[in-house]
Amino acid sequence: MVRRYTNKSASRREILTGAASLAGAALAASTAEAETPTSNLPPGVPEWQQQPGAEVMSPPYGQPSPFEAGVIRRERTGGSPYPTRQAAVSLTPLQDLHGIITPNGLHYERHHGGVPAIDPAQHRLIIHGLVDRPMIFTMADILRFPATSRLHFLECSGNTQNWGKPDAALTVQDTHGLLSCCEWTGVPLKTVLDAVGVRDEARWMLAEGADSAAMTRSIPIEKAFDDALLAYAQNGERLRPEQGYPLRLLLPGYEGNTSVKWLRRLKLGEAPWQTREETSKYSWIMPDGSVRQFNFVMEAKSVITSPSGGQKLAEPGFHEISGVAWSGHGKVTRVEVSTDGGGAWSDAALQEPVLPKCLTRFRLPWRWPGGPALLSSRATDETGAVQPSREALLKQRDARSYYHYNAIQNWQVAADGAVTNAG
Amino acid sequence: MRAKAFIAAALAASLLSISAPARAGEDYGIGRPATSEEIAGWNIDVAPDGAGLPPGQGSVAQGAQIFADKCAACHGDHGQGKPMDALAGGAGTIATPKPVKTVGSYWPYATTLYDFIHRAMPFNAPQSLSPDEVYAVSAYVLFLNHLVPADAILDAKTLPKVAMPNRDAFVSAFTPAPGKAP
Ligand code: HEC
Repeated sequence: MVRRYTNKSASRREILTGAASLAGAALAASTAEAETPTSNLPPGVPEWQQQPGAEVMSPPYGQPSPFEAGVIRRERTGGSPYPTRQAAVSLTPLQDLHGIITPNGLHYERHHGGVPAIDPAQHRLIIHGLVDRPMIFTMADILRFPATSRLHFLECSGNTQNWGKPDAALTVQDTHGLLSCCEWTGVPLKTVLDAVGVRDEARWMLAEGADSAAMTRSIPIEKAFDDALLAYAQNGERLRPEQGYPLRLLLPGYEGNTSVKWLRRLKLGEAPWQTREETSKYSWIMPDGSVRQFNFVMEAKSVITSPSGGQKLAEPGFHEISGVAWSGHGKVTRVEVSTDGGGAWSDAALQEPVLPKCLTRFRLPWRWPGGPALLSSRATDETGAVQPSREALLKQRDARSYYHYNAIQNWQVAADGAVTNAG
Repeated sequence: MRAKAFIAAALAASLLSISAPARAGEDYGIGRPATSEEIAGWNIDVAPDGAGLPPGQGSVAQGAQIFADKCAACHGDHGQGKPMDALAGGAGTIATPKPVKTVGSYWPYATTLYDFIHRAMPFNAPQSLSPDEVYAVSAYVLFLNHLVPADAILDAKTLPKVAMPNRDAFVSAFTPAPGKAP
């Protein structure tokens, strides 16, 4: 039996109850996923086809399907290592993402004093120090400058803690989820710095946030005049509060912490300020006991997101191996994939667009013959830098350096198809 | 007639100025000069040479009281940590396989302590301490690390001079491009 509604014949009441029951059906189905009513499958006519669906603007700001409710940011499997939830992180679900763009609600978070609730009408940016004209800007001012949009990844300096024995339970969200990629829109910082007139003696710029941590980092003047952005929009809409609304610094390719959120002040000076975030944190101990600070650029790196930790290959046969590669030094030029733990390597296809300091999606067709496999990926960037093996990285520095772990990630596929973290 | 010609000329001129494209490096006339009061209220950074340190002073003894009232709940009675970061201890461990990073064992500059406590601590009420209180509690944290004596009083002159044991271990990984900055 086929029932048909048209907009003309259906009363408003019928449409409303139809929409309500559809939403109800979706929720019920998501709680009991396995028991799909067979009448919704061919040759039956699915229930969602037998009446009109939800109205426009339900809701006005669109949300993912309720069936995608599991695609969310998470704290680390096994518990957050941080004692507070305001100075903490949340991780992007890389295993569930497609292409190179991170939806705004899934961008990873790293805050040191929580997310401030800033009224943009009362937000100001002051630029002062070694400048000819110390200036103050409203958000309306910032939005008047000529703007530009660019796609860039952001990676937290502490992403991927694979220094020690690998924890088999970790997913790619746990190991690599402090990584996201968006289209950022804003004013090239150079435009605004030229307007205030930076003096010749200026070599460093202090960037300060309007959060309760008043986050501060010293930035080399070269970077400020190169590709730094005063960003106010992300993937087409204004920044999310947790990404620095209404204004953030965006330093492409640099460790995430330097892209100071909720930006309220830029000060030009001759030397770095040696803030807590560039001394106590974001510095690392080398094997000889020396401490390296100002380790700005995130190095060439890649990770297979499918198949990855926690997933299971249903059956032998065709599976596409896919993942993301990136480098803070520029474009990714090559990604190689191995299915036998680094014995043989094949070139993966790099999906366009391949952009500098941006995630690049790579894909390789694979026939899983069944039986154990060890999946790995290795990125090369346009400077010729090749992502190192864990052993090679450990020859340079060890767990005491904590930050900037960029070694090759390995996923173990068991004979039954279960995929686990192999470090 | 004359008036008409004048209007036409004015119109042409104004059209010209409307359509004149702004050039790179041009003064867009956006924003306004920041007043010294506005800058002073936000200019809170302290540099390693002590630039930015305000007038005022504080003693270890005063700092002990402030620490007990406003810091110990999160950082431990003697800055030993738990639940939050340890602020004292770990001396001599940085070059060992099990480094314990604290203000005393790891931080290269005492000025960073003033800057950070003032801007970000106590965690639940940042920027609430007076300069005297920040000097005092900084002095106490340094005392807990055996870096100043029990009778120390810190101010803008003495704080930058406190010798930090791990200072010389710090190396910058950033090499500026040669020549004049852009
Ligand atoms: C409510 C808990 C809380 C209180 C109270 C508190 N702190 Fe903290 N403190 C923290 C947290 C959380 C951090 C780490 C913040 C981050 O991750 O950026 C921290 C970090 C610090 C650090 C940096 C440690 C390092 O090694 O980098 C210092 C120094 C510090 N606090 C000093 C103080 C002082 C002095 C007081 C009292 C005036 C104080 N704190 C009160 C929670 C607290």
